[in-house]
Amino acid sequence: MSELMKTPLNAAHRALKAKMVDFGGWDMPVQYPAGIIAEHEAVRTKAGLFDVSHMGEIRVKGPGALALVEHLTPNAVSKLVIGQVHYTAFLYENGTFVDDLLVYREGDEEFLLVVNAGNSDKDFAWVQQHAPAFDCTVVNESPATGQIALQGPLSLSILQPLTKTPLEPIGYYFFTHGEVAGIKCLISRTGYTGEDGFELYCAANDTETIWNAVMEAGTPQGLLPAGLGCRNTLRLECKMALYGHEIDDTIHALEAGLGWIVKLDKGPFIGRDALLAAKAAPAPRKLVGFKTLEKRDIARDHMPVVQGGKQTGFVTSAAPSPTCGLNLGLAYVPTGLAKMGGRVQIEIRGRAVEAEIIPTPFYKRTK
Amino acid sequence: MFPADLKYTKDHEWLKPAADGTALVGITQYAQDALGDVVFVDLPEVGASFAEGAEFGTVESVKTVSELNMPSAGEVLDVNMTLADHPEAVNEDPYGKGWMVKIKLTGNLADLLDAKAYEALVSAESH
Repeated sequence: MSELMKTPLNAAHRALKAKMVDFGGWDMPVQYPAGIIAEHEAVRTKAGLFDVSHMGEIRVKGPGALALVEHLTPNAVSKLVIGQVHYTAFLYENGTFVDDLLVYREGDEEFLLVVNAGNSDKDFAWVQQHAPAFDCTVVNESPATGQIALQGPLSLSILQPLTKTPLEPIGYYFFTHGEVAGIKCLISRTGYTGEDGFELYCAANDTETIWNAVMEAGTPQGLLPAGLGCRNTLRLECKMALYGHEIDDTIHALEAGLGWIVKLDKGPFIGRDALLAAKAAPAPRKLVGFKTLEKRDIARDHMPVVQGGKQTGFVTSAAPSPTCGLNLGLAYVPTGLAKMGGRVQIEIRGRAVEAEIIPTPFYKRTK
Repeated sequence: MFPADLKYTKDHEWLKPAADGTALVGITQYAQDALGDVVFVDLPEVGASFAEGAEFGTVESVKTVSELNMPSAGEVLDVNMTLADHPEAVNEDPYGKGWMVKIKLTGNLADLLDAKAYEALVSAESH
Protein backbone atom coordinates (compact mmCIF):
# COMPACT_ATOMS: atom_id res chain seq x y z
CA MET A 1 0.00 0.00 0.00
CA SER A 2 1.38 3.38 -0.93
CA GLU A 3 1.84 6.12 1.64
CA LEU A 4 -1.25 8.28 2.24
CA MET A 5 -1.00 11.94 1.29
CA LYS A 6 -1.15 14.44 4.13
CA THR A 7 -2.56 17.96 4.24
CA PRO A 8 -0.63 20.75 6.01
CA LEU A 9 -3.01 20.24 8.97
CA ASN A 10 -2.26 16.56 9.56
CA ALA A 11 -0.39 17.18 12.82
CA ALA A 12 -3.12 19.57 13.99
CA HIS A 13 -5.78 16.86 13.47
CA ARG A 14 -3.75 14.34 15.41
CA ALA A 15 -3.21 16.83 18.23
CA LEU A 16 -7.02 17.27 18.35
CA LYS A 17 -7.31 13.46 18.61
CA ALA A 18 -9.17 13.11 15.30
CA LYS A 19 -10.05 9.68 13.98
CA MET A 20 -8.15 9.51 10.70
CA VAL A 21 -9.22 7.55 7.60
CA ASP A 22 -8.01 6.95 4.06
CA PHE A 23 -10.13 9.25 1.90
CA GLY A 24 -9.21 8.89 -1.77
CA GLY A 25 -5.56 8.39 -0.88
CA TRP A 26 -5.52 11.19 1.71
CA ASP A 27 -5.09 10.76 5.46
CA MET A 28 -8.12 12.79 6.60
CA PRO A 29 -10.11 13.32 9.83
CA VAL A 30 -13.49 11.57 9.69
CA GLN A 31 -14.42 12.92 13.11
CA TYR A 32 -12.97 14.50 16.23
CA PRO A 33 -13.78 13.37 19.80
CA ALA A 34 -17.11 15.31 19.83
CA GLY A 35 -18.43 12.89 17.20
CA ILE A 36 -20.33 13.22 13.92
CA ILE A 37 -23.69 14.23 15.43
CA ALA A 38 -22.22 16.97 17.65
CA GLU A 39 -20.08 18.27 14.77
CA HIS A 40 -23.09 18.23 12.43
CA GLU A 41 -25.19 20.14 14.95
CA ALA A 42 -22.41 22.66 15.55
CA VAL A 43 -22.38 23.49 11.84
CA ARG A 44 -26.18 23.83 11.72
CA THR A 45 -26.48 25.97 14.85
CA LYS A 46 -23.07 27.58 15.49
CA ALA A 47 -20.03 26.79 13.38
CA GLY A 48 -17.66 24.04 12.31
CA LEU A 49 -14.16 24.20 10.83
CA PHE A 50 -13.14 21.74 8.10
CA ASP A 51 -9.77 20.99 6.57
CA VAL A 52 -10.38 20.78 2.83
CA SER A 53 -6.76 21.19 1.77
CA HIS A 54 -7.02 17.89 -0.11
CA MET A 55 -9.16 19.58 -2.79
CA GLY A 56 -7.39 20.28 -6.09
CA GLU A 57 -6.74 23.75 -7.52
CA ILE A 58 -6.04 24.36 -11.20
CA ARG A 59 -5.28 27.87 -12.48
CA VAL A 60 -6.01 28.75 -16.11
CA LYS A 61 -4.63 32.06 -17.35
CA GLY A 62 -4.20 33.83 -20.68
CA PRO A 63 -6.11 35.26 -23.63
CA GLY A 64 -7.68 31.84 -24.33
CA ALA A 65 -8.58 31.02 -20.70
CA LEU A 66 -12.26 31.98 -20.96
CA ALA A 67 -12.71 30.01 -24.18
CA LEU A 68 -11.02 26.93 -22.66
CA VAL A 69 -13.18 26.94 -19.52
CA GLU A 70 -16.30 27.53 -21.65
CA HIS A 71 -15.28 24.54 -23.78
CA LEU A 72 -14.68 22.28 -20.75
CA THR A 73 -17.74 23.13 -18.63
CA PRO A 74 -21.51 23.36 -19.26
CA ASN A 75 -22.26 26.45 -17.15
CA ALA A 76 -22.04 29.95 -18.65
CA VAL A 77 -18.54 31.08 -17.69
CA SER A 78 -18.80 34.38 -19.59
CA LYS A 79 -21.66 35.38 -17.26
CA LEU A 80 -19.31 35.30 -14.26
CA VAL A 81 -18.09 38.71 -13.16
CA ILE A 82 -14.63 39.03 -11.61
CA GLY A 83 -14.99 37.95 -7.98
CA GLN A 84 -17.84 35.52 -8.70
CA VAL A 85 -17.89 31.72 -8.36
CA HIS A 86 -20.15 29.06 -9.80
CA TYR A 87 -20.74 25.34 -9.51
CA THR A 88 -20.21 23.37 -12.69
CA ALA A 89 -18.66 20.18 -14.06
CA PHE A 90 -16.23 18.64 -16.49
CA LEU A 91 -18.23 16.37 -18.79
CA TYR A 92 -17.26 13.70 -21.28
CA GLU A 93 -18.65 13.82 -24.83
CA ASN A 94 -21.48 11.51 -23.69
CA GLY A 95 -22.56 13.99 -21.01
CA THR A 96 -21.32 11.95 -18.02
CA PHE A 97 -19.02 13.36 -15.38
CA VAL A 98 -15.27 13.66 -15.34
CA ASP A 99 -15.83 15.59 -12.09
CA ASP A 100 -17.79 18.45 -10.56
CA LEU A 101 -16.04 21.66 -9.61
CA LEU A 102 -16.17 25.34 -8.71
CA VAL A 103 -14.99 27.99 -11.18
CA TYR A 104 -13.64 31.22 -9.67
CA ARG A 105 -13.27 34.20 -12.01
CA GLU A 106 -10.06 35.87 -10.87
CA GLY A 107 -9.78 38.22 -13.86
CA ASP A 108 -10.92 38.74 -17.44
CA GLU A 109 -8.40 36.10 -18.51
CA GLU A 110 -7.80 34.13 -15.29
CA PHE A 111 -9.81 31.35 -13.63
CA LEU A 112 -9.26 29.13 -10.60
CA LEU A 113 -10.86 25.68 -10.91
CA VAL A 114 -11.41 23.80 -7.64
CA VAL A 115 -11.87 20.06 -8.10
CA ASN A 116 -12.29 16.94 -5.99
CA ALA A 117 -9.20 15.54 -4.27
CA GLY A 118 -9.61 12.02 -5.65
CA ASN A 119 -10.01 13.31 -9.21
CA SER A 120 -7.38 16.02 -9.07
CA ASP A 121 -4.75 14.28 -11.23
CA LYS A 122 -7.35 13.09 -13.76
CA ASP A 123 -8.85 16.61 -13.93
CA PHE A 124 -5.49 18.29 -14.39
CA ALA A 125 -4.65 15.87 -17.21
CA TRP A 126 -8.11 16.54 -18.75
CA VAL A 127 -7.58 20.31 -18.74
CA GLN A 128 -4.03 19.96 -20.06
CA GLN A 129 -5.21 17.65 -22.83
CA HIS A 130 -7.62 20.28 -24.15
CA ALA A 131 -5.51 23.37 -23.45
CA PRO A 132 -3.16 23.35 -26.49
CA ALA A 133 -5.93 24.58 -28.79
CA PHE A 134 -6.32 27.65 -26.56
CA ASP A 135 -3.86 30.42 -25.82
CA CYS A 136 -3.44 29.94 -22.07
CA THR A 137 -1.33 28.38 -19.33
CA VAL A 138 -2.60 25.65 -16.99
CA VAL A 139 -0.97 25.25 -13.59
CA ASN A 140 -1.73 22.62 -10.96
CA GLU A 141 -1.57 24.62 -7.73
CA SER A 142 -2.92 21.82 -5.51
CA PRO A 143 0.32 20.92 -3.71
CA ALA A 144 1.06 24.58 -2.92
CA THR A 145 -2.45 25.39 -1.68
CA GLY A 146 -4.16 24.87 1.66
CA GLN A 147 -7.89 25.31 2.18
CA ILE A 148 -10.14 25.46 5.22
CA ALA A 149 -13.93 25.83 5.34
CA LEU A 150 -15.60 27.73 8.18
CA GLN A 151 -19.30 26.82 8.01
CA GLY A 152 -22.33 27.67 10.11
CA PRO A 153 -24.48 30.64 11.12
CA LEU A 154 -21.75 32.16 13.33
CA SER A 155 -19.10 32.03 10.58
CA LEU A 156 -19.21 35.73 9.85
CA SER A 157 -19.01 36.83 13.47
CA ILE A 158 -16.11 34.45 14.11
CA LEU A 159 -14.13 35.44 11.04
CA GLN A 160 -14.67 39.21 10.89
CA PRO A 161 -12.42 40.10 13.87
CA LEU A 162 -9.56 38.24 12.13
CA THR A 163 -9.63 40.32 8.95
CA LYS A 164 -9.82 43.95 7.78
CA THR A 165 -11.77 42.81 4.72
CA PRO A 166 -15.46 43.61 5.21
CA LEU A 167 -17.12 40.19 4.99
CA GLU A 168 -20.78 41.17 5.10
CA PRO A 169 -20.74 42.64 1.53
CA ILE A 170 -19.36 39.40 0.04
CA GLY A 171 -22.40 37.75 -1.51
CA TYR A 172 -23.10 34.02 -1.56
CA TYR A 173 -20.88 32.50 -4.27
CA PHE A 174 -18.64 35.58 -4.46
CA PHE A 175 -15.06 35.96 -3.25
CA THR A 176 -12.31 38.46 -2.65
CA HIS A 177 -8.64 38.51 -1.69
CA GLY A 178 -7.55 39.67 1.73
CA GLU A 179 -5.68 38.77 4.86
CA VAL A 180 -6.94 36.57 7.66
CA ALA A 181 -4.82 36.51 10.83
CA GLY A 182 -2.12 38.28 8.84
CA ILE A 183 -2.06 35.59 6.15
CA LYS A 184 -2.86 36.36 2.52
CA CYS A 185 -5.79 34.33 1.29
CA LEU A 186 -8.71 34.03 -1.07
CA ILE A 187 -11.90 34.52 0.96
CA SER A 188 -14.86 32.79 -0.65
CA ARG A 189 -18.45 32.78 0.59
CA THR A 190 -19.12 29.21 -0.44
CA GLY A 191 -19.44 25.79 1.13
CA TYR A 192 -20.73 22.25 1.02
CA THR A 193 -22.97 22.22 4.08
CA GLY A 194 -26.04 24.31 3.22
CA GLU A 195 -25.07 26.93 5.81
CA ASP A 196 -23.54 30.37 5.50
CA GLY A 197 -19.77 30.21 5.63
CA PHE A 198 -16.41 30.94 4.12
CA GLU A 199 -13.80 28.88 2.37
CA LEU A 200 -10.27 30.25 2.75
CA TYR A 201 -7.50 29.36 0.31
CA CYS A 202 -3.92 30.13 1.26
CA ALA A 203 -0.33 29.00 0.77
CA ALA A 204 0.06 25.45 2.06
CA ASN A 205 2.55 26.38 4.77
CA ASP A 206 0.30 29.18 6.08
CA THR A 207 -2.71 26.89 6.54
CA GLU A 208 -2.01 25.96 10.15
CA THR A 209 -1.68 29.63 11.18
CA ILE A 210 -5.15 30.43 9.81
CA TRP A 211 -6.63 27.20 11.18
CA ASN A 212 -5.31 27.96 14.67
CA ALA A 213 -6.50 31.58 14.56
CA VAL A 214 -10.03 30.56 13.52
CA MET A 215 -10.15 27.78 16.11
CA GLU A 216 -9.08 30.20 18.83
CA ALA A 217 -11.57 32.87 17.77
CA GLY A 218 -14.44 30.43 17.33
CA THR A 219 -14.12 27.98 20.19
CA PRO A 220 -15.63 30.39 22.78
CA GLN A 221 -18.64 30.75 20.44
CA GLY A 222 -19.16 27.00 20.11
CA LEU A 223 -17.08 26.28 17.01
CA LEU A 224 -16.01 22.65 16.68
CA PRO A 225 -13.42 21.15 14.35
CA ALA A 226 -15.51 19.10 11.91
CA GLY A 227 -14.55 15.99 9.96
CA LEU A 228 -15.55 14.28 6.75
CA GLY A 229 -18.24 12.27 8.54
CA CYS A 230 -20.45 15.28 9.20
CA ARG A 231 -19.42 16.91 5.92
CA ASN A 232 -21.18 13.96 4.27
CA THR A 233 -24.37 14.10 6.38
CA LEU A 234 -24.54 17.89 5.97
CA ARG A 235 -24.24 17.79 2.19
CA LEU A 236 -26.65 14.84 1.95
CA GLU A 237 -29.37 16.81 3.79
CA CYS A 238 -28.94 19.55 1.16
CA LYS A 239 -28.86 17.12 -1.79
CA MET A 240 -25.43 18.30 -2.84
CA ALA A 241 -23.84 15.79 -5.22
CA LEU A 242 -20.73 13.81 -4.32
CA TYR A 243 -18.60 12.34 -7.08
CA GLY A 244 -18.66 8.53 -6.94
CA HIS A 245 -22.19 8.65 -5.50
CA GLU A 246 -24.75 10.88 -7.24
CA ILE A 247 -22.46 11.59 -10.19
CA ASP A 248 -19.75 9.65 -12.02
CA ASP A 249 -18.73 8.60 -15.51
CA THR A 250 -21.90 6.51 -15.99
CA ILE A 251 -24.44 9.23 -15.09
CA HIS A 252 -25.16 12.31 -17.18
CA ALA A 253 -25.79 15.80 -15.92
CA LEU A 254 -29.55 15.93 -16.64
CA GLU A 255 -30.53 12.68 -14.89
CA ALA A 256 -28.44 13.83 -11.91
CA GLY A 257 -30.85 16.76 -11.56
CA LEU A 258 -28.08 19.19 -12.49
CA GLY A 259 -29.83 20.71 -15.50
CA TRP A 260 -29.38 24.09 -13.82
CA ILE A 261 -25.62 24.02 -14.48
CA VAL A 262 -26.14 23.04 -18.13
CA LYS A 263 -26.56 26.09 -20.38
CA LEU A 264 -27.32 24.45 -23.71
CA ASP A 265 -27.75 27.84 -25.40
CA LYS A 266 -24.31 29.20 -24.43
CA GLY A 267 -22.55 27.69 -27.45
CA PRO A 268 -20.49 24.54 -27.90
CA PHE A 269 -18.96 22.69 -24.96
CA ILE A 270 -17.89 19.10 -24.38
CA GLY A 271 -20.98 16.96 -23.76
CA ARG A 272 -23.47 19.41 -25.27
CA ASP A 273 -24.60 17.21 -28.17
CA ALA A 274 -25.26 14.25 -25.87
CA LEU A 275 -27.22 16.41 -23.43
CA LEU A 276 -29.27 17.96 -26.26
CA ALA A 277 -30.21 14.44 -27.35
CA ALA A 278 -30.90 13.39 -23.76
CA LYS A 279 -33.17 16.37 -23.28
CA ALA A 280 -35.23 15.39 -26.33
CA ALA A 281 -35.76 11.79 -25.12
CA PRO A 282 -37.49 10.92 -21.85
CA ALA A 283 -34.93 10.04 -19.17
CA PRO A 284 -35.29 6.41 -18.02
CA ARG A 285 -34.18 7.20 -14.46
CA LYS A 286 -34.18 10.08 -12.07
CA LEU A 287 -32.42 11.04 -8.84
CA VAL A 288 -34.92 11.31 -5.98
CA GLY A 289 -34.85 11.82 -2.24
CA PHE A 290 -36.44 9.23 0.03
CA LYS A 291 -37.06 8.37 3.65
CA THR A 292 -37.50 4.85 4.92
CA LEU A 293 -40.64 4.33 6.97
CA GLU A 294 -39.31 2.33 9.92
CA LYS A 295 -36.72 3.51 12.38
CA ARG A 296 -34.77 0.26 12.02
CA ASP A 297 -34.58 0.56 8.23
CA ILE A 298 -31.43 2.55 7.61
CA ALA A 299 -30.43 2.56 3.96
CA ARG A 300 -26.77 2.99 3.02
CA ASP A 301 -24.79 4.06 -0.04
CA HIS A 302 -25.02 1.70 -3.06
CA MET A 303 -27.89 -0.49 -1.79
CA PRO A 304 -30.25 -1.73 -4.55
CA VAL A 305 -33.68 -0.25 -5.24
CA VAL A 306 -35.92 -3.23 -6.03
CA GLN A 307 -39.37 -3.96 -7.40
CA GLY A 308 -40.83 -7.44 -7.30
CA GLY A 309 -37.45 -8.94 -6.46
CA LYS A 310 -35.72 -7.25 -9.41
CA GLN A 311 -33.26 -4.40 -9.13
CA THR A 312 -34.59 -1.24 -10.77
CA GLY A 313 -32.25 1.37 -9.34
CA PHE A 314 -29.72 2.10 -6.64
CA VAL A 315 -29.11 4.25 -3.60
CA THR A 316 -26.35 6.81 -4.15
CA SER A 317 -26.01 8.14 -0.59
CA ALA A 318 -28.01 7.42 2.55
CA ALA A 319 -27.66 7.91 6.29
CA PRO A 320 -29.63 8.69 9.41
CA SER A 321 -30.07 12.49 9.20
CA PRO A 322 -28.99 14.27 12.39
CA THR A 323 -30.98 17.44 11.59
CA CYS A 324 -34.19 15.83 10.32
CA GLY A 325 -34.19 12.79 12.62
CA LEU A 326 -35.15 10.57 9.68
CA ASN A 327 -33.38 7.84 7.74
CA LEU A 328 -32.81 9.67 4.47
CA GLY A 329 -31.22 8.90 1.16
CA LEU A 330 -30.86 9.72 -2.50
CA ALA A 331 -31.46 7.11 -5.19
CA TYR A 332 -31.80 6.64 -8.91
CA VAL A 333 -35.22 5.16 -9.61
CA PRO A 334 -37.16 4.53 -12.85
CA THR A 335 -38.74 7.81 -13.96
CA GLY A 336 -42.21 6.27 -13.74
CA LEU A 337 -41.74 5.78 -9.98
CA ALA A 338 -40.19 9.18 -9.34
CA LYS A 339 -43.30 10.87 -7.95
CA MET A 340 -43.61 12.79 -4.68
CA GLY A 341 -45.22 10.56 -2.09
CA GLY A 342 -44.59 7.50 -4.24
CA ARG A 343 -43.18 4.30 -2.75
CA VAL A 344 -40.09 2.37 -3.71
CA GLN A 345 -38.44 -0.59 -2.05
CA ILE A 346 -34.84 -0.69 -0.93
CA GLU A 347 -33.02 -3.91 -0.25
CA ILE A 348 -31.25 -3.69 3.10
CA ARG A 349 -29.13 -6.78 3.81
CA GLY A 350 -31.50 -9.06 1.88
CA ARG A 351 -34.72 -7.49 3.18
CA ALA A 352 -36.87 -5.28 0.90
CA VAL A 353 -38.10 -2.29 2.94
CA GLU A 354 -40.54 0.49 2.08
CA ALA A 355 -39.33 3.99 1.32
CA GLU A 356 -41.31 7.10 0.44
CA ILE A 357 -40.15 9.64 -2.12
CA ILE A 358 -40.05 13.06 -0.46
CA PRO A 359 -39.10 16.59 -1.56
CA THR A 360 -35.46 17.66 -1.67
CA PRO A 361 -33.40 19.31 -0.39
CA PHE A 362 -34.28 17.61 2.89
CA TYR A 363 -32.96 20.67 4.72
CA LYS A 364 -32.85 24.31 3.74
CA ARG A 365 -31.56 27.06 6.01
CA THR A 366 -34.19 29.63 6.96
CA LYS A 367 -32.44 32.86 6.06
CA MET B 1 -11.04 -0.21 28.89
CA PHE B 2 -10.75 -4.03 29.18
CA PRO B 3 -12.65 -5.16 32.29
CA ALA B 4 -11.11 -8.37 33.66
CA ASP B 5 -14.47 -9.99 34.53
CA LEU B 6 -15.56 -10.06 30.88
CA LYS B 7 -14.88 -12.48 28.03
CA TYR B 8 -14.32 -11.12 24.52
CA THR B 9 -14.69 -12.13 20.87
CA LYS B 10 -12.40 -11.30 17.99
CA ASP B 11 -15.36 -9.36 16.53
CA HIS B 12 -15.41 -7.03 19.55
CA GLU B 13 -18.40 -8.29 21.49
CA TRP B 14 -18.14 -8.91 25.23
CA LEU B 15 -19.90 -11.46 27.44
CA LYS B 16 -20.26 -11.17 31.19
CA PRO B 17 -21.07 -14.52 32.78
CA ALA B 18 -23.07 -14.64 36.03
CA ALA B 19 -23.08 -17.41 38.65
CA ASP B 20 -26.65 -18.45 37.72
CA GLY B 21 -25.74 -19.58 34.18
CA THR B 22 -26.90 -16.34 32.52
CA ALA B 23 -24.74 -13.75 30.81
CA LEU B 24 -24.94 -10.19 29.51
CA VAL B 25 -23.69 -9.40 26.01
CA GLY B 26 -22.65 -6.11 24.44
CA ILE B 27 -19.97 -4.52 22.27
CA THR B 28 -16.60 -3.29 23.46
CA GLN B 29 -15.19 0.17 23.99
CA TYR B 30 -13.05 -0.39 20.89
CA ALA B 31 -16.12 -1.36 18.81
CA GLN B 32 -18.21 1.63 19.85
CA ASP B 33 -15.30 3.96 19.16
CA ALA B 34 -14.83 2.51 15.68
CA LEU B 35 -18.56 2.85 14.90
CA GLY B 36 -18.95 6.41 16.12
CA ASP B 37 -22.33 7.81 17.19
CA VAL B 38 -24.75 4.88 17.55
CA VAL B 39 -28.27 5.75 16.38
CA PHE B 40 -30.08 2.39 16.41
CA VAL B 41 -29.63 -1.09 17.84
CA ASP B 42 -31.72 -3.85 16.30
CA LEU B 43 -32.17 -6.58 18.91
CA PRO B 44 -33.82 -10.04 18.81
CA GLU B 45 -37.06 -11.24 20.42
CA VAL B 46 -36.96 -12.65 23.92
CA GLY B 47 -36.98 -16.44 23.65
CA ALA B 48 -34.91 -16.63 20.48
CA SER B 49 -31.98 -19.05 20.52
CA PHE B 50 -28.66 -18.50 18.81
CA ALA B 51 -25.64 -20.66 18.08
CA GLU B 52 -22.18 -19.42 18.91
CA GLY B 53 -21.15 -16.85 16.30
CA ALA B 54 -24.70 -16.41 14.94
CA GLU B 55 -25.91 -12.92 14.07
CA PHE B 56 -28.40 -11.74 16.69
CA GLY B 57 -28.83 -8.13 15.62
CA THR B 58 -27.20 -5.06 14.15
CA VAL B 59 -25.86 -1.81 15.51
CA GLU B 60 -26.17 1.26 13.29
CA SER B 61 -24.12 4.42 13.62
CA VAL B 62 -24.37 7.59 11.56
CA LYS B 63 -21.75 6.36 9.16
CA THR B 64 -21.97 2.58 9.15
CA VAL B 65 -23.68 -0.63 10.31
CA SER B 66 -22.19 -3.62 12.08
CA GLU B 67 -23.53 -7.11 12.75
CA LEU B 68 -23.81 -8.38 16.29
CA ASN B 69 -22.64 -11.96 16.74
CA MET B 70 -23.31 -14.22 19.73
CA PRO B 71 -20.13 -14.84 21.74
CA SER B 72 -21.53 -18.19 22.91
CA ALA B 73 -24.67 -20.26 22.29
CA GLY B 74 -27.67 -19.17 24.30
CA GLU B 75 -31.33 -18.28 24.61
CA VAL B 76 -32.36 -14.64 24.91
CA LEU B 77 -33.92 -13.94 28.32
CA ASP B 78 -34.05 -10.16 28.09
CA VAL B 79 -33.09 -7.32 25.76
CA ASN B 80 -32.05 -3.80 26.76
CA MET B 81 -35.21 -1.87 25.88
CA THR B 82 -33.72 1.46 26.95
CA LEU B 83 -31.49 1.39 23.86
CA ALA B 84 -34.56 2.07 21.70
CA ASP B 85 -34.71 5.62 23.04
CA HIS B 86 -31.10 5.96 24.17
CA PRO B 87 -28.83 4.21 21.65
CA GLU B 88 -26.07 6.62 22.70
CA ALA B 89 -25.69 4.51 25.88
CA VAL B 90 -23.66 2.11 23.72
CA ASN B 91 -21.11 4.90 23.16
CA GLU B 92 -21.24 6.34 26.64
CA ASP B 93 -21.17 3.16 28.71
CA PRO B 94 -20.51 0.12 26.49
CA TYR B 95 -19.86 -2.25 29.43
CA GLY B 96 -22.72 -0.96 31.59
CA LYS B 97 -25.89 0.83 30.43
CA GLY B 98 -25.04 -0.12 26.84
CA TRP B 99 -25.54 -3.89 27.37
CA MET B 100 -27.64 -5.45 24.63
CA VAL B 101 -29.02 -8.87 25.53
CA LYS B 102 -29.15 -11.16 28.55
CA ILE B 103 -28.90 -14.84 27.62
CA LYS B 104 -29.20 -18.19 29.27
CA LEU B 105 -25.84 -19.75 28.39
CA THR B 106 -26.16 -23.08 26.60
CA GLY B 107 -22.66 -23.10 25.11
CA ASN B 108 -19.25 -22.83 26.70
CA LEU B 109 -16.75 -20.02 26.87
CA ALA B 110 -13.77 -21.97 25.54
CA ASP B 111 -13.40 -19.93 22.34
CA LEU B 112 -13.54 -16.53 24.04
CA LEU B 113 -10.60 -14.28 24.85
CA ASP B 114 -9.75 -13.02 28.30
CA ALA B 115 -9.07 -9.32 28.86
CA LYS B 116 -5.34 -9.68 28.31
CA ALA B 117 -5.68 -11.57 25.02
CA TYR B 118 -8.34 -9.12 23.79
CA GLU B 119 -6.19 -6.14 24.67
CA ALA B 120 -3.35 -7.66 22.64
CA LEU B 121 -5.73 -8.16 19.68
CA VAL B 122 -6.98 -4.57 19.80
CA SER B 123 -3.51 -3.18 20.15
CA ALA B 124 -2.45 -5.17 17.04
CA GLU B 125 -5.49 -3.91 15.08
CA SER B 126 -4.93 -0.27 15.90
CA HIS B 127 -1.28 -0.22 14.79
